[in-house]
Amino acid sequence: MPRTRLYSLDELDDIPGTKVFNARRSREAYHLHKFCMSLMKAENREAFKADERTYLDQFKMTEDQKQAVLDRDLAKLIELGGNMYFLVKIASTDGWSAQKAVSSMSGMSADEYAQMMLEGGRSPEGLRSKKEAK
Amino acid sequence: MARITAGIATSHVPAIGAAIDLGKTQDPYWKPVFDGYEFVKEWVKDNMPDVVILAYNDHASALMLDIVPTFAIGFAEEFLSADEGWGRRPVPVVKNHLDLAAHIAEQLVIDEFDITLINEMDVDHGLTVPLSLVFGQPEEWPCKVIPLAVNVTQFPTPSGERCWKLGEAIRNAVKTFPEDLDVQVWGTGGMSHQLQGTRAGLINAEFDQRFIDLLAHEPEELKYITRLEYLRETGTEGIELIMWLIMRAALGYGVEEKHRFYRVPASNTAVGHVVYEARS
Repeated sequence: MPRTRLYSLDELDDIPGTKVFNARRSREAYHLHKFCMSLMKAENREAFKADERTYLDQFKMTEDQKQAVLDRDLAKLIELGGNMYFLVKIASTDGWSAQKAVSSMSGMSADEYAQMMLEGGRSPEGLRSKKEAK
Repeated sequence: MARITAGIATSHVPAIGAAIDLGKTQDPYWKPVFDGYEFVKEWVKDNMPDVVILAYNDHASALMLDIVPTFAIGFAEEFLSADEGWGRRPVPVVKNHLDLAAHIAEQLVIDEFDITLINEMDVDHGLTVPLSLVFGQPEEWPCKVIPLAVNVTQFPTPSGERCWKLGEAIRNAVKTFPEDLDVQVWGTGGMSHQLQGTRAGLINAEFDQRFIDLLAHEPEELKYITRLEYLRETGTEGIELIMWLIMRAALGYGVEEKHRFYRVPASNTAVGHVVYEARS
């Protein structure tokens, strides 16, 4: 008998404002992520900063993914399969803190977000399930 | 024979590493975080291990793009600090204990853990920030380190229960290594945090505190927290806490809690830290 999962996979899609990074999403973002990891070399960061579009065109990313990188639209990049551990390398290349990068997806300004964290962060109340959130 | 003498758990937030590297540990924002580590820095002077088996997750620095191993042991003689986009952290080279690493790999496979070995990789903040928090800024790390990389990023990740069993298997492996070595197991990552989407910034202090409350003496129920529950309750990155279970299981039945610390925030994250000594 195969073992069974303790919860249905659909439930992973039930968390508000959250994309669970799985093998399918990882594949969708493979070339985007390859670009992100290329930024782990100083010379590549320089080449990217010198001409972002030309640099991005070396990678087999979708046009949407390229545009979202140019726009620094991290929320969109997550939607297009991205995972923050890869994407944060774009933010680091820009000299952004991880907090500023994360805040850019939160619907708050960087200052408002920083203040929320100082006050103990975002409560999970009402945010555990889309059903709960309605 | 080798023995597991103690375990440490700590968050491994990259901004903590940056604060150390840039000399900001006494800034008003950071001081309350670093004060929580004063104990362990003193404690470790009298409890210096020969080897640390350090459970951490690679943050898309060496793994996760082309190869996504569930559990992997670093098997190079040494590991450099990774350039995660802002240059390599100015920390010493991490040196492995290859004989113990080889023995653990051998024993884990006998114990039905089909472990991946990695012959070359850099190690990122997940591994180096805990070393800095405990050992400060030495010229050389004072002990050998066996990197144990756990996939907590891409689903399917291992379950908490599986991590627990891995910890038990590591304990059994270390106990059968013939050399006289003091070994510590460290579990890193967590506590609650979410780094994506409109739920970013999520912190669940109630969950975190309860996790710390139960981990030392009543860890049984923590084994059965599902991955879904970690995501809902502690955020998408809070699931790193399963690596604390590897540490706890490796210590065996009884532990003495020497220290605990909890603080919100460090950047996006709830910082948690415990120090346990093994009783047996």
